[in-house]
Amino acid sequence: MLKLPSVPGATPPRPGTPAAEPKTKLDNAAEAATAALGWLDERTALSGTARFVMFRKVPKGTNWFYTLGTSTMFAFMSQVITGVILAMFYDPSPNRAYESMRYINNDVWAGQFVHGMHRWGATVMVIFIFLHMGRTFFFGAYKYPRELNWVIGVLLVLLVMIMAFTGYLLPWDQRAYWATAVGVNIFASAPIAGPYLGDFLRAGPDFGATTLSRFYSIHMLVLPGLIMGLIGAHLYLVIKHGTTAPPWVTAELDEELRSEEV
Amino acid sequence: MNRREKEQYLREYAVLKSKGKPFFPYVVAKDGGMVIVVIGTILTLSYLLGGTIASKADPTTTTWVPRPEWYYYFVFELLRVVKPSSITPLATVGIPTIALLLLLLLPFYDRSPERHPLRRPVATTAGVLTILAMAYLTWMGAEGGAPSSIDMKTPPSIVKEGGAQLALYEYGKEVIPSSGCLACHKIGENGNPGPGPNLTRIADRLPEAGIAQTLRNPTAPMPSFKNLPPQQFKAVVNYLSTLTKEHEEEK
Repeated sequence: MLKLPSVPGATPPRPGTPAAEPKTKLDNAAEAATAALGWLDERTALSGTARFVMFRKVPKGTNWFYTLGTSTMFAFMSQVITGVILAMFYDPSPNRAYESMRYINNDVWAGQFVHGMHRWGATVMVIFIFLHMGRTFFFGAYKYPRELNWVIGVLLVLLVMIMAFTGYLLPWDQRAYWATAVGVNIFASAPIAGPYLGDFLRAGPDFGATTLSRFYSIHMLVLPGLIMGLIGAHLYLVIKHGTTAPPWVTAELDEELRSEEV
Repeated sequence: MNRREKEQYLREYAVLKSKGKPFFPYVVAKDGGMVIVVIGTILTLSYLLGGTIASKADPTTTTWVPRPEWYYYFVFELLRVVKPSSITPLATVGIPTIALLLLLLLPFYDRSPERHPLRRPVATTAGVLTILAMAYLTWMGAEGGAPSSIDMKTPPSIVKEGGAQLALYEYGKEVIPSSGCLACHKIGENGNPGPGPNLTRIADRLPEAGIAQTLRNPTAPMPSFKNLPPQQFKAVVNYLSTLTKEHEEEK
């Protein structure tokens, strides 16, 4: 009879548990979880990647400054969640935008709180992304081999600032209207490309109804997609190249290790 | 960095990494602690300050001083610092664009292998100066509010005229500060010294028709006031056209 080679990676049969100890509910649950993960891994082969990501080593000496990137990302996630909730009630037409914001603030359960989280979350995200950039700059972490990740990071800063700018108009109150009107005029005053940029942002010669829907679509479709994609690339490169060590930690100082190498 | 320096860095980094701790649970725990702080800050800010809205946007009543969110104050302040209108676009668009390009291309012109901030004096000084400049401009931008009234005596010659002319003058004096003009212009001792030009003696430089034309079709970044109700628009134009050296010295 033909003997097939054993399938690599197949789970070996579990050794039987002693008959004296009947399986508890916990055992059953653990077994079910293992089976489900096994099923998933058999089809995706992602367990190796997950293990690599979770158990990769991070150099000694990394401190609290190294949590700023994660902080920015979680502020972004908070923005995504609160933004999705606001989009359930918000209406991006000039006749309805302000009324829908009042409805969110006054009638929706916890509406003003979620609106506040989205508004102040933007501030928190801007602060953390700049702190993260400052850390990267002063630690020289943008140097070889992480140049590309620095470029992606600067693009993310730019996108976050555009995100804040486009979001500021959406409540369609006096503050939003006049600040954004002046902001668009500033862009439009740029040499050469300015007038075209102004027309594009206003969606026409005048600042009004079409501007609002354009800003809304940029704010909630174009920019989040770009930001998510770039965060993905950013994280991929962080994992690929590894977290930097602080610049004052050097391998040469370790005499013991040097003697081991020799 | 040349090839030798690159390889040396990679080797050194591999050693440091091999001596490090695994991402889970050490980094996860630290990041988790910080994430709790971040989300806690957002929740606290929302609880304390909430998501307030002002009155509904209305292109016809310019009763709001155009002010951006605080992290754009530094751009706003650049407008105010750079006076001549011919080079304003340079300040507002040029400086941020150049700064962005310098940031984006940083790893391509700073190619030394040194990473320690104290042994990179040029980079560290430039970084610290940039932060200080942005902090200063932001602080200046936060300071600069706009007064809600014009504190100036009515020139005696206009008082003498009396009647409709005086009423229109007084009305204009009310409409101008409530239309946000003083956020960017100075009239006498009132208002901010920029980004817009000083209007104290504007009528010496522009005829009444020219003032009206500018209000309808202004130079960017000033917003157009063509949607003001006609009576208010007339009052604003009338008030501005009385701002002459002669009238100023009367008081």
